[in-house]
Amino acid sequence: MIEFREVSKRFADGTLAVDGFSLQIPPHSTTVLVGSSGSGKTTLLRMINRMVDPTEGTVEIDGEDIATVEPVKLRRRIGYVMQNSGLLPHRRVIDNIATVPRLTGVPKAAAHERALELMDVVGLDRSLARRYPNQLSGGQQQRVGVARGLAVDPNILLMDEPFGAVDPIVRAELQQEVLRLQRELGKTIVFVTHDIDEAFLLGDRIVLLETGGRIVQTGTAEEILAEPANDFVAEFVGAARGKRALHEERIGDRTVLVDGLGQPAGVLDSEGGSEAGG
Amino acid sequence: MNWLLNNYESIPFYLFTHLRLSILPIAIGFVLALPLGWLAWRFQVTRGLLLTLVGLLYTIPSLALFALLPPLLGLPYLSEANVEIALTIYAVALMARSAADAFGSVDPGVRQSAVAMGYGTWRRIWEVELPLAGPVLLAGLRVVAVSTVALVTVGVLVGVQSLGFYFTDGSQRQIPFEVFTGVVLTMLLALAIDGLLVLLGRALMPWARPSKRRPMNRWIRALGTGKVAEAVR
Repeated sequence: MIEFREVSKRFADGTLAVDGFSLQIPPHSTTVLVGSSGSGKTTLLRMINRMVDPTEGTVEIDGEDIATVEPVKLRRRIGYVMQNSGLLPHRRVIDNIATVPRLTGVPKAAAHERALELMDVVGLDRSLARRYPNQLSGGQQQRVGVARGLAVDPNILLMDEPFGAVDPIVRAELQQEVLRLQRELGKTIVFVTHDIDEAFLLGDRIVLLETGGRIVQTGTAEEILAEPANDFVAEFVGAARGKRALHEERIGDRTVLVDGLGQPAGVLDSEGGSEAGG
Repeated sequence: MNWLLNNYESIPFYLFTHLRLSILPIAIGFVLALPLGWLAWRFQVTRGLLLTLVGLLYTIPSLALFALLPPLLGLPYLSEANVEIALTIYAVALMARSAADAFGSVDPGVRQSAVAMGYGTWRRIWEVELPLAGPVLLAGLRVVAVSTVALVTVGVLVGVQSLGFYFTDGSQRQIPFEVFTGVVLTMLLALAIDGLLVLLGRALMPWARPSKRRPMNRWIRALGTGKVAEAVR
């Protein structure tokens, strides 16, 4: 479990990025921090591996105050996946994936063997192992980034808007991949995004943030959609409009759900379900 | 031409002496400039100070520096060391700025990602920042190399032999062709070292070659060759 206790962060220039933030993040599930820019979500994520140290308060992992853990050691046991993959451009794919095991002293052959296995895990063809990152597509690079994050089999995986820079189709693929991986691996994933759809899709639990890391609402996607805490949330998740505001329309003897933009979203299954199921 | 037929046997000696005199300042200047450049890049305060200081060093006229060093360092007037040290100073002066730019050219995202992976500071500088600064470092080093090869010739005025000998000898004996030969040989030597550095860069930085897979590049090239169908694949 990761626990934030009354955490604040004031940057050197005086900006208060996070103000008195407290949160418990349960293990073996995906928690998504979602908010617009300036909500402090990335700052909070980076506090977990001490890329950022809080100016006040403590962060604990399994009851241990991480301020007492050497940052370099801490980071090597926490997976990190970032936007634009952050791959080392001068290392081949296989060496990028093996980065952290090599840092911790795993022999090269063993680290490479493990890297090849991880390529299978994240759905990358092993023939790409000898390529350099700039010889891969954006989606492939992100997969390498995920494989690298998993290389030391960490309990915790931090994902900082990992799919922000890839096109929508590839993003959808990668999101499904993360869901599949999470079903198989059951990591404690902390995922940061500004995309509420992504948050609803991936998050077992969603933490909606406002400026200064203020928590507006936490809950499952269903809970947040059903009972938005306030107008801001309702607006942010689009519950009041657009494709989440569904209404019924009768067409013949079937009930069709139509969204706020007038697009049919689907057919209600409750009546004549067997027919609809086909 | 007559002069060349009678004197070609002296060419290897001056060529190799010139090469030998060039290599040390280039290499030492490069190594010394790396930490200076890194410091200049890393700390705002040192940046202005350091780069102004090394910039000033470069403005000292070379002949004056050759003549000033022996009394300053207690070296014999005709020693090669004078020229070597002076040229190293120029190399550092030129290279430090390039090195600062080179470290500045490293993608901050990649640097952050290295931190997030758990690289310690030294290891990160050595294994991530230095190689990624490579292409810009190489560009700077090529300028330093060519400029050093040219400057070595001035050493002949303080008694240190090199291809520069043909300049002074040729003008004293009024043989323009001898001077011309010296110039051509100096240029060829500079080009050869430059070419060698480029090859070295390719061997050490295979990742820095232009990507074959950038969609735009591929399209542009495809349009040029008419192989659009292949590019679409």
